[in-house]
Amino acid sequence: MATTQMRTTARLMLAPSVILLLIWMVVPLAATLYYSFQNYSLLNPITSFAGWGNYYYFLTDPAFSSAVVNTLLLVGGVLLISVVGGTFLALLIDQPIFGQGIVRILVISPFFVMPTVAALVWKNMMMNPIYGIFAWLLSLFGLPPIDFFAQIPLLSVTIIVAWQWLPFATLILLTALQSLDGEQIEAAEMDGAGAVSRFIYLVLPHLSRAITVVILIETIFLLSVFAEILVTTNGGPGTATTNLPFLVYTQALLSYDVGVASAGGVIAIIVANIVAFFLMRIVGKNLEA
Amino acid sequence: MKLRTILLSASSAVAMFGMAHAETITIATVNNGDMVRMQKLTDDFTKANPDIELNWVTLEENVLRQKVTTDIATKGGQYDVLTIGTYEVPIWAKNGWLLELNQVDDVDDLIPAIRDGLSVDGKLYASPFYGESSMVMYRTDLMEKAGLEMPQAPTWDFIKKAAEAMTDRENGVNGICLRGKAGWGENMAFLTAMSNSYGARWFDENWQPQFDTPEWKATLDSYLELMNNYGPEGASSNGFNENLALFQQGKCGMWIDATVAASFVTNSDESTVADKVGFALAPDNGLGKRANWLWAWSLAVPAGTQKADAAQKFVSWATSKHYTELVAEKEGWANVPPGTRKSLYMNDKYLEAAPFAKMTLASINEADPQHPTVKPVPYVGVQFVAIPEFQGMGTAVGQQFSAALAGQKSADEALAAAQQLTTREMTKAGYIK
Amino acid sequence: MARNVTTAKRVGWSIAAWFVALLIFFPILWTVITSFKSEGAAIAFPPVFFDFDWTLSSYVEVQERSDYLLHVWNSAVISLGSTFIALLISIPAAWSMAFNPTKRTKDILMWMLSTKMLPAVAVLVPFYLAYKNLGLLDTKLGLIIILTMMNLPILIWMLFSYFKEIPGEILEACRMDGATLGQEIVYILTPMAVPGIASTLLLNIIMAWNEAFWTLNISASQAAPLSAFIASYSSPEGLFWAKLSAASTLAIAPILIMGWFSQKQLVRGLTFGAVK
Repeated sequence: MATTQMRTTARLMLAPSVILLLIWMVVPLAATLYYSFQNYSLLNPITSFAGWGNYYYFLTDPAFSSAVVNTLLLVGGVLLISVVGGTFLALLIDQPIFGQGIVRILVISPFFVMPTVAALVWKNMMMNPIYGIFAWLLSLFGLPPIDFFAQIPLLSVTIIVAWQWLPFATLILLTALQSLDGEQIEAAEMDGAGAVSRFIYLVLPHLSRAITVVILIETIFLLSVFAEILVTTNGGPGTATTNLPFLVYTQALLSYDVGVASAGGVIAIIVANIVAFFLMRIVGKNLEA
Repeated sequence: MKLRTILLSASSAVAMFGMAHAETITIATVNNGDMVRMQKLTDDFTKANPDIELNWVTLEENVLRQKVTTDIATKGGQYDVLTIGTYEVPIWAKNGWLLELNQVDDVDDLIPAIRDGLSVDGKLYASPFYGESSMVMYRTDLMEKAGLEMPQAPTWDFIKKAAEAMTDRENGVNGICLRGKAGWGENMAFLTAMSNSYGARWFDENWQPQFDTPEWKATLDSYLELMNNYGPEGASSNGFNENLALFQQGKCGMWIDATVAASFVTNSDESTVADKVGFALAPDNGLGKRANWLWAWSLAVPAGTQKADAAQKFVSWATSKHYTELVAEKEGWANVPPGTRKSLYMNDKYLEAAPFAKMTLASINEADPQHPTVKPVPYVGVQFVAIPEFQGMGTAVGQQFSAALAGQKSADEALAAAQQLTTREMTKAGYIK
Repeated sequence: MARNVTTAKRVGWSIAAWFVALLIFFPILWTVITSFKSEGAAIAFPPVFFDFDWTLSSYVEVQERSDYLLHVWNSAVISLGSTFIALLISIPAAWSMAFNPTKRTKDILMWMLSTKMLPAVAVLVPFYLAYKNLGLLDTKLGLIIILTMMNLPILIWMLFSYFKEIPGEILEACRMDGATLGQEIVYILTPMAVPGIASTLLLNIIMAWNEAFWTLNISASQAAPLSAFIASYSSPEGLFWAKLSAASTLAIAPILIMGWFSQKQLVRGLTFGAVK
């Protein structure tokens, strides 16, 4: 058991982070809250008190409800692809293969690409229905091209974002996998356990903490995805790819309405915290390990 | 407080030190070809003004707009020369954010439509660097094959007929390519200009949105009919560049877009159809307005700059007749920035080097930002409405129309949604009492 | 893993792994190939993979137009600087929470993560105003502060979850033996934690390197990193694929090379194989 002295030291060591993050949180939050009650547009330099007007305006935006749904779908979709895909990729790379180092670097390299570049490359060189790679592949089989951003806009954005986050998941899961006890696996193999049951009863439980970390960290980043949307679809067609950050963006950097953008920011925090709350309920217990 | 004092005194010391030697002005500009060329030719300016150094910030259009707007509205003072368009100038000038320009070379030579667009109350607040309108670009070989002849000034009915005749899906030729990507400067630039020729308008004299009128319905219906029957795959995410690539690859019979595209599609290094392109005025519907827009990338000096004199000097150099000649001498007449000065269109060498020059000038002259529509409107701007709220609203309406193009909504639903969201925004902004 | 495998099995796994890896890597490979094309060839259909006139013209153009080295330097200073500062602050915090957890540890961790939930676009204007008053606009210091704070919660999280895997019994045993806190950290904890710290550091450098909202919007010219470099080649009027590909290749190259050299640390560092 830790002594009192230990406790004090521990607190002291925690303090700088907590204090700095507190400032980092409180100052922008206070500014955001303040502006969210002001009629303040950058382009129209007359400010006045707005009451709940900005919140009312943001919440009654016809795009708001679909933005919440799209935010969740995007986060969920990318998580699904990156966790499931990442697990299989990690298992694959963990096999004894030739050139493991190179395979590893190839797999994690999408992580090194800036989001805007990734989106531009995917939109114009991969997914373009007329001169993109996918259109070409389909044409080899005599199939018509898929019009990605019109037929499956949200899924297309999800694919692009997932491509960027798959390496992160793979990396974390791979390292977890490598700490798995080889002897245990071999023993199970001896006992005649098949690959599937070995995976379910041995590997998966071992990965559960790593998966939790992946889910939590990715969720935080995925809740604020917007560069990819801006580059590919501009939130459209209709509001099919408008998520909350993009909706805030249209207020902040298209309309330059600081008041409504701030209200949108506050609402986005609330939504994010609700998501985090449920997430903790579902996966949080893994963290106690 | 203390940090600020130290930093301020440090920076002013630097500034004073710098003043004795050379003054550095920071120029924020767009990464389009003409501006990149200007950046390469600045030796000519610095030689004549050894006490001024230039610092370039070259960015893509959307990023630049977002940074420059944030900076000027918060009086951040990061830039001394700004590159902005005809949309920003009237709004920013009214806010007192821009200095009046009084050193511009031969002001009376500027094309009147462009000069008007950059002036407020008769004072010039930005100097045009290059100007553009929009026009029809078409494949002469395909027109011939279809047995049609493009008139100088086509109607929408003719465009429809020609699009139908030229469409050849077997060979990957689409009759017409138009913008579809949502955005106030993307599909809405085209559709707003198109709606003008159909007699539609964004707002009536009392700022009531007009998307519920038959004129808008007719505009959107014809647009959708054209694109659904004769347009390319993926049209709802196509902007200027996507269509340019399609046209250069020979996949479009016609393309209605910015006049500056003419120099790209006739450039044989890039375009597979360089010698088979013809030009015509943007279409009309017999109502007295054509579907062409007006835009000018222009240089302006922010009111907060400490280096106004140097900045003005630079602006007047970059937009002068001397600069035009400099480009002509170094890079040839076809590469001079178009669409700003009358004298350029009287220059035989230019007219010879640029086969599209006459049509460009005619298109620019057709546009009238002060009276853009058939019915009267309370705003200026051809393919935009020069009010601060337009960017957000324009993009939201653009999303509705691109959903209609993608087949996710009917035209009626898109128009109803547009009407609702513009009414909402205009009410909030206080235009509708 | 020292399991005996047949060569046939090994070849099979290798083919599968290489196939998937190349699939994932393909968009980047395609970007690199495109950077050696002319603008016209870059959008040709059907796409050409190798049989085109290889040219360096896009690289020449990029080199003429931009001060690439300045941008790389700025990116390096900003990402390394913010990572080191963030590590200095986060290691003690993660240590403290991992080995002296209290009832509130989980709440504190969640709260730390939640500081990242305010969308950056919503606070740009307040930040811009504050930075203007502090004279931090277009300075590397200003960007380092933002990136440090932005990534701090993630760092703490990652370090926390690694430290958590170090069995407490070892530390308990040291304390029983009368080791001081300082000794405990220097001799026991640090060697065990170094691999984890190294990989956290690498991951954080990558994230800071790729950050493209703040670095683009708070900088102008002096502090402009590679995100601004990219933004000066994307989406001009006219074809830009080859030039953007060249710029992207140049922007990715330093971090990719770093990743290449350190990938063993990046992966092995997270394993704690020796501990278990």
